[in-house]
Amino acid sequence: MRDFSYFRAGSLDDARRAAALPSAMLLAGGTTLLDLAKCGVTEPESVVDITHLKGLGDIRVDAQGAFIGALARMSQIAEDAGIMTHFPAVSEALWQAASPQIRNMATSGGNLMQRTRCAYFRDPATFPACNKRAPGSGCSAIGGVNRNHAILGTSQSCIATNPGDLAAALVAFDAMVHLGERSVAVDDFFLLPGDTPDREHAIEPGEIITAITIPASPAARRSTYLKVRDRQSYEFAAASAAVGIELEPDGRTIRDLRVALGGVATKPWRARAVEDALRGKTLEPETVQRASLLAVEGALSSRVDQGVGRDGNHYKIELAPRVVARAILKVGGVA
Amino acid sequence: MTNRTIVHLEINGRMQALDIEPRVTLLDALREHLGLTGTKKGCDHGQCGACTVHVDGERVLACLTLAAQAEGQAVTTIEGLAGSNGELHPVQAAFLEYDAFQCGYCTPGQIMSAVACIREGHAGSDDEIREYMSGNLCRCGAYPHIVAAVRQAAEDLTAHKQAAE
Ligand SMILES: Cc1cc2nc3c(=O)[nH]c(=O)nc-3n(C[C@H](O)[C@H](O)[C@H](O)COP(=O)(O)OP(=O)(O)OC[C@H]3O[C@@H](n4cnc5c(N)ncnc54)[C@H](O)[C@@H]3O)c2cc1C
Ligand code: SF4
Ligand code: FES
Ligand code: FES
Repeated sequence: MRDFSYFRAGSLDDARRAAALPSAMLLAGGTTLLDLAKCGVTEPESVVDITHLKGLGDIRVDAQGAFIGALARMSQIAEDAGIMTHFPAVSEALWQAASPQIRNMATSGGNLMQRTRCAYFRDPATFPACNKRAPGSGCSAIGGVNRNHAILGTSQSCIATNPGDLAAALVAFDAMVHLGERSVAVDDFFLLPGDTPDREHAIEPGEIITAITIPASPAARRSTYLKVRDRQSYEFAAASAAVGIELEPDGRTIRDLRVALGGVATKPWRARAVEDALRGKTLEPETVQRASLLAVEGALSSRVDQGVGRDGNHYKIELAPRVVARAILKVGGVA
Repeated sequence: MTNRTIVHLEINGRMQALDIEPRVTLLDALREHLGLTGTKKGCDHGQCGACTVHVDGERVLACLTLAAQAEGQAVTTIEGLAGSNGELHPVQAAFLEYDAFQCGYCTPGQIMSAVACIREGHAGSDDEIREYMSGNLCRCGAYPHIVAAVRQAAEDLTAHKQAAE
């Protein structure tokens, strides 16, 4: 890890000023930043520690919705009584993410800013080609080992998955990211790779995430997060779904539905086609399974042409709709 | 000129001042600068839990914490767990009783994690123990004995707490 200077910010303005300098980086829980600094992926010259700023760690839930300060820890949000009651999918996404130790360290703001787990991205010494890390250098994953890569929102330049669990839950329930002066819908906060995969978030140097808010809704209150992965815990999603549902008084007609996918797309992925297809329909397995196939409309897998049995991430095209259907049926009380 | 910083940490109840580069992690500070090698370095990337310590009573990964970030905070390592008379912490005793290790490399991290896991109230069933101990990998695969030891220690500690009340 390259040496850097360390600055403990005493106020938000302090932090903004220090972070606006070239090669400066904000430090919150450090679980992404220090990891990638050791990989040689990020090389800050100065690190601006914001963890001691006051008032950024609050979590409040009322009739309007949830306010989550940028320094609230993943473990605190997951176990907050208001979040558990009014936004179960958010709590479930968090306690199923990373490990207890990491959740005690990592913050909500840092969580949104976490980088992809693409193994090529993380290993500059062995794989110089990575458009996200070094724009224009190519992509080692296209044609490489890409079992964990994205099937949705990909481009010719990059197929890396956004690995965030919390982000998927936030996208499902129309959360807002607050950057001090301005606020951005969480869906717009995450950028598609396009020709500029190095640019992942709608945030400018010197801007700091101060809070995340989530509006209350009946669908958010009746929600769940289903995460399917290679091992049962301490693993990123192969495919996951944040789902919320509101039923008509008859208990079987879908009034409102929210569906977002994690682990399969280059950004947290709202599946509006599934929502639209099921709104007004009866909640029953066959209808839900058929509609869930719309979650992977336009999906592209990256098979590896050479070599036997290297089917890349093709399995995700089959897996993702099943995860969505299972989550909808579960939260609707049908399965 | 090298870039250095003075960091004050309360390690296992004793204040210590360290003159280190800002990039030094809490893990390297403990092992290389303070000679406290009980805390292990497995992956150095947050993926194994071998470096688990408590900062202000909460379990965290020392490999992804800058020592400078912990300025003024209380750090407990495996060396600080036993009583001053050398009496083992109930979790340490349970790991011995249940033979919850093979090579022992992951053990300090497992024990520090287990102490916190029980304190957090996440040791209510074997499934809950597995979920809330998942941040600690064991390459020897001693998991069944680790779960048994944590369950036993949780029961002992709860009984102890109830007796005290
Ligand atoms: C082994 C391992 C397993 C993991 N598993 C999962 C998982 O299953 N699911 C999951 O979702 N995540 C997982 N993670 C990722 C983890 O959740 C993130 O590393 C963490 O949330 C980042 O938060 P932090 O506070 O530690 O960020 P930091 O590392 O401190 O910061 C990350 C980035 O965000 C910037 N930043 C931090 N705070 C702000 C702010 N307020 N405003 C603007 N920029 C900011 C920093 O400059 C830095 O670039 C895992 C991580 C590890 C190491
Ligand atoms: S998928 Fe994206 S992050 Fe991974 S190597 Fe290709 S360009 Fe880099
Ligand atoms: S050494 Fe810290 S988690 Fe592996
Ligand atoms: S006892 Fe050997 S790694 Fe766990």
